[in-house]
Amino acid sequence: MPDTSTTPAPPEQIRAVPVRHPGRWIASAVIAVLAAMFVHMLATNEVFQWDFMVDNMSSDPVLKGARTTLVMTVLAMAIGILLGIVLAVMRLSANPVVSGAAWVYIWFFRAIPRIVLLFFSASLGALYSTYELGFPFDQQIMDLFGFEGDWRFLSLDGNDIFRGFVAGLLGLTLSEGAYAAEIVRAGIQSVDPGQVEAAQALGMSRGKTMRRIVLPQAMRVIIPPMGNETIAMLKDTSLLIAVPVTNELNFQLRAIGSRTFQVIPMAVASILWYLALASLLMIGQHFLEKRFSRGFGNRETRQQRAARRARDVGSTH
Amino acid sequence: MSSAVGTPAPGAVQPMVKAEGVHKSFGHVEVLKGIDLEVAPREVMCIVGPSGSGKSTFLRCINHLERINAGRLWVNGHLVGYREKGGRLHELRDSEVAAQRRDIGMVFQRFNLFPHMTALENVIEAPIQVKGVRRAEARERGAALLERVGLADRVHNYPNQLSGGQQQRVAIARALAMEPQLMLFDEPTSALDPELVGEVLDVMRGLATDGMTMVVVTHEMGFAREVGDTLVFMDDGVIVESGDPRSVLTDPQHERTRSFLSKVL
Ligand SMILES: Nc1ncnc2c1ncn2[C@@H]1O[C@H](COP(=O)(O)OP(=O)(O)OP(=O)(O)O)[C@@H](O)[C@H]1O
Ligand SMILES: [Mg+2]
Repeated sequence: MPDTSTTPAPPEQIRAVPVRHPGRWIASAVIAVLAAMFVHMLATNEVFQWDFMVDNMSSDPVLKGARTTLVMTVLAMAIGILLGIVLAVMRLSANPVVSGAAWVYIWFFRAIPRIVLLFFSASLGALYSTYELGFPFDQQIMDLFGFEGDWRFLSLDGNDIFRGFVAGLLGLTLSEGAYAAEIVRAGIQSVDPGQVEAAQALGMSRGKTMRRIVLPQAMRVIIPPMGNETIAMLKDTSLLIAVPVTNELNFQLRAIGSRTFQVIPMAVASILWYLALASLLMIGQHFLEKRFSRGFGNRETRQQRAARRARDVGSTH
Repeated sequence: MSSAVGTPAPGAVQPMVKAEGVHKSFGHVEVLKGIDLEVAPREVMCIVGPSGSGKSTFLRCINHLERINAGRLWVNGHLVGYREKGGRLHELRDSEVAAQRRDIGMVFQRFNLFPHMTALENVIEAPIQVKGVRRAEARERGAALLERVGLADRVHNYPNQLSGGQQQRVAIARALAMEPQLMLFDEPTSALDPELVGEVLDVMRGLATDGMTMVVVTHEMGFAREVGDTLVFMDDGVIVESGDPRSVLTDPQHERTRSFLSKVL
């Protein structure tokens, strides 16, 4: 019988001999040696020309190129996602013509390599020399009634608009729209249909239901693959050479490399630049994810913390 | 107290809900086979029946979440989902259907709260977005509603930080925020742990006492007996029997009612 008059002795702590993992130690040693060899190689191999690289990767044309690359990435993604949302909603439409049109768009633009699209969008000036905005088949209709003239209000020079930045943006955006559409569609379909019913039962319109209820919840599913898309887009800006757009990061770094015959340092500079820009975009993604995970994790919000503190203070009186 | 007898005084007031020969099919399956009923203002009607008998479907027809195939359905004198003109029915526009739904609150079995919004944001969303109520005013009224359902200290919690009973009470507050004239409840306590059922039924009892017109699909026979003015027993898409809850529950006239009640009571 244990003695009940004193407090029971605390249970004896287990002090077992841990399992040994020799494999882990060996693996760590191998990795350490490999890492040391790598660093040694970087430090001792003359070909890297670190001073030269640092000087040149922050030169003016490179900085401008990095800006073009980043602006192009952000714009192509922003417009591409808007296009993707429209296409996704069309794709989910009950009207077979509307959903079919979106299907054809996605089918077409997902199949075409971006470099081909970029080349093509830069050649639109050769397809028609002027681009006019007006009433469809206006001349045919005028002819039919025996009149002269046309109904056109805007005329643009094809060679003027479809070049450089605009042609590049057009090609990348059209392509991104197709990918974004599929991601957004998957996001929309991941939202519980009960959410739409609840919103409708409250008298919310279709548009409001989509904007206020469905899309914010779909974002949780949309953001991770869209982060991949954004980084892929960052890298694909190097395809702009097909347009050509030359004030872009990769081209500028390569140009310095071939002009000075220092190819390897500038290739390393490319790697570092793309790593830096991709990291920047990942930080953006992190904050977006945090913003749209509201109500799904178990974090206490600022308001809740304030309310709890107020309660705690109240209860101590 | 609302009237103890289910059928209101004839001809006196316009019924809040009136159904005449309502039919509904999904493909070839006929789910509602001619439903006739009337719900008077301030009346609490409870609908019971076996699974698959069409209770939810009928409730969803009342606010046009489902489109009926035959018959007529009015809420507060307005044809649901259609306009009658020149002897023909014309479908209402989406915006007109939405306007009709503003006056009908609905509470779902699985709550369907908006998970990305706090309790308060859930409650003020529709008043702001649909009715154009000013934010400050909506927040004030929303907080009062949450207090009324006993959740004054949970206004800033997200749905996943609330128990099932608390979520369902937020859902009731959310529906009430639109100041509906009619509340539809589809098995509001079926997804709850037994010890949480009471808190939701208490809120509903309070609503009934305040004179809200309610149609409640439920398996809570105690609630139907105590709070309900009318009990409707549905089976296989038809109303088998209806009347005062106490007499239907204690002295059912039909064999199907008897056999159903013997299983659930
Ligand atoms: N959208 C739909 N498409 C096809 N069939 C449906 C649909 N909704 C309901 N049904 C069918 O209609 C019948 C009635 O369903 P309903 O949900 O109205 O029953 P219920 O009485 O509410 O049952 P429960 O008590 O299980 O909720 C069921 O057989 C169901 O399978
Ligand atoms: Mg049901």
